[in-house]
Amino acid sequence: MMMNNPSKNPYKIEQGTIICGKWHKHTYVIIHELGSGANGTVYLAGTAGGRTALKISHDPLTITSEVNVLKSFAKVQGSALGPSLLDVDDWETPEGRISFYAMEYISGPGFLEFLEQKGIDWLDVLLLQLLKDLQVLHKNGWIFGDLKPENLIVTGPPARIRCIDTGGTTPKGRAIKEFTEFFDRGYWGLGGRKADEQYDLFAVAMIIINAAYPKRFSRKEGGKAQLLGAVNSCSILTKYSNVIECALSGSYRSAEEMRKGVLGVIQPSRQSGHHHTKNQSTSSSKKRHQQKGSAGTGTAAFPGNSARRGSPLKHTAATQPIKATRTTRSAQHTSDKKKKSGLLETAVILAIVSILYFFYLYSQLV
Amino acid sequence: MKTGTLKQILLITDGCSNKGEDPVAMAALASEQGITVNVIGVMEQDAIDDKGLTEIESIAAAGGGVSQVVYSQQLSQTVQMVTRKAMTQTLQGVVNSELKQILGKSKTMEDLPPEQRGEIMEVVDELGETVELEVMILVDTSASMKHKLPTVKEALLDLSLSLNARSGENSFSVLVFPGKRAETEKLLDWTPRLEKLASIFPKLTTGGITPTGPAIREAAASFRQKRSLRSLLSSDDEQSFEESV
Repeated sequence: MMMNNPSKNPYKIEQGTIICGKWHKHTYVIIHELGSGANGTVYLAGTAGGRTALKISHDPLTITSEVNVLKSFAKVQGSALGPSLLDVDDWETPEGRISFYAMEYISGPGFLEFLEQKGIDWLDVLLLQLLKDLQVLHKNGWIFGDLKPENLIVTGPPARIRCIDTGGTTPKGRAIKEFTEFFDRGYWGLGGRKADEQYDLFAVAMIIINAAYPKRFSRKEGGKAQLLGAVNSCSILTKYSNVIECALSGSYRSAEEMRKGVLGVIQPSRQSGHHHTKNQSTSSSKKRHQQKGSAGTGTAAFPGNSARRGSPLKHTAATQPIKATRTTRSAQHTSDKKKKSGLLETAVILAIVSILYFFYLYSQLV
Repeated sequence: MKTGTLKQILLITDGCSNKGEDPVAMAALASEQGITVNVIGVMEQDAIDDKGLTEIESIAAAGGGVSQVVYSQQLSQTVQMVTRKAMTQTLQGVVNSELKQILGKSKTMEDLPPEQRGEIMEVVDELGETVELEVMILVDTSASMKHKLPTVKEALLDLSLSLNARSGENSFSVLVFPGKRAETEKLLDWTPRLEKLASIFPKLTTGGITPTGPAIREAAASFRQKRSLRSLLSSDDEQSFEESV
């Protein structure tokens, strides 16, 4: 019933230990530790059928709820959301019962490790893969929750990103169970902890930032200002600044939309032509792209609300297009006002006429 | 299943009590009244001595709750984890006692095969999301805590962020010890909005003694007052957990 010093792991299992399940009688031989977190330790284990990863926890509840998530992933056809679940069981030891589950062993370098080895060029590829997976996950009613580079492994070749550790995965609409501060929008004061698509997309933006700042940084003044400041002062990140900003402010409605945003960064001209809003001419946006790398992309890709909110904050963008947007807006505003006052006028006239008519009828009757 | 209300005391301290009743006994007393007592020990570079550590563990054990010792940087995450963990633990206790009635004396959730356990866990998760929660936060403001208080404030604001994401209702109250004049001082009365704390917290002064025992006693009493006040207002027969556990 107690948890103590987080650094000491009371369930350290020696290499060569044989674990036999109480219910299903499968046997596992521990090879070595793969990693440990707040909720348990993952070991590489050998079985008759090959290698598997074994998650062992002192808390049976953790095992049970993670198994529930993995089971529901198994129902999603043709996707590689998490590792596939192989077995759930209890292990009776002299010290007591320990719960565990066996899953597919996913091997490969971690997300940041991979980028370090292969180069930052791979970032786009991994992001696109990740966002595609998230789209499937979200469509099935789940939010990953604790999304961070440590929970992402790149298998291959061919390189393929995989999510491991589904401990934080939460049904949409519930409270996020597990998170890591740097990737948590609540920590940065940019939103709540209810599980929604935007929560995961925020974390994706932070993963992009983390790729450029491997040591991370802690909250100072917090909020968007600090994060965008970090983005703008790093050459790797400037091309993503719009994508990051949209994800941080929660204006992407789906992973698919953010994926298009990332695609827009890779192929700016085609994308901006494709997603154009009505009141901006194509030529002016193209000019903007040439003037300042990525500044226009996000704005162009997201019609309406987000574009409007985005533009005044963009201190990197050239001043001219901002002014242009503002004037169009104010023009729109006045025309809106005119329309409204016109409507009011019509209503007033109609009312007066009908009152007069009523009086006329009344006088006729009397 | 009608869920009632979960009652928790969250004690944030950095060492040993030195005045008043035995805090472990007070925690046991609170537990008897259906209130869970959780303890978080906050360290700086200075590690908490063995005596303090033992006390922290014993209070949580007697109070049926969870204890954790952390460095102050990790406090935010710990506060929400401990609260959540204790909630699940209590709910599991309730579910287990229901199971005993259905399946016979010796059966608990862990005795079931993993498949059925999964289904029960879903129920526990569901309850954790929707149950009404009352948290009394007890903050040690003895002199050694002085420079940790800003971190404590951050952690508590963070806690309200996490808990307010649930669909169930929350209610918080904050008690500090030692108080200005008495052993304890109520900083914030029961409210669903813990954010109010932000404006009051910086004005805190720290004192010398650590009356942990009396503070737990006061905290438990505060739950009782609240309930009696409510029963005056509405006469619904709200069943609390103490009867079913």
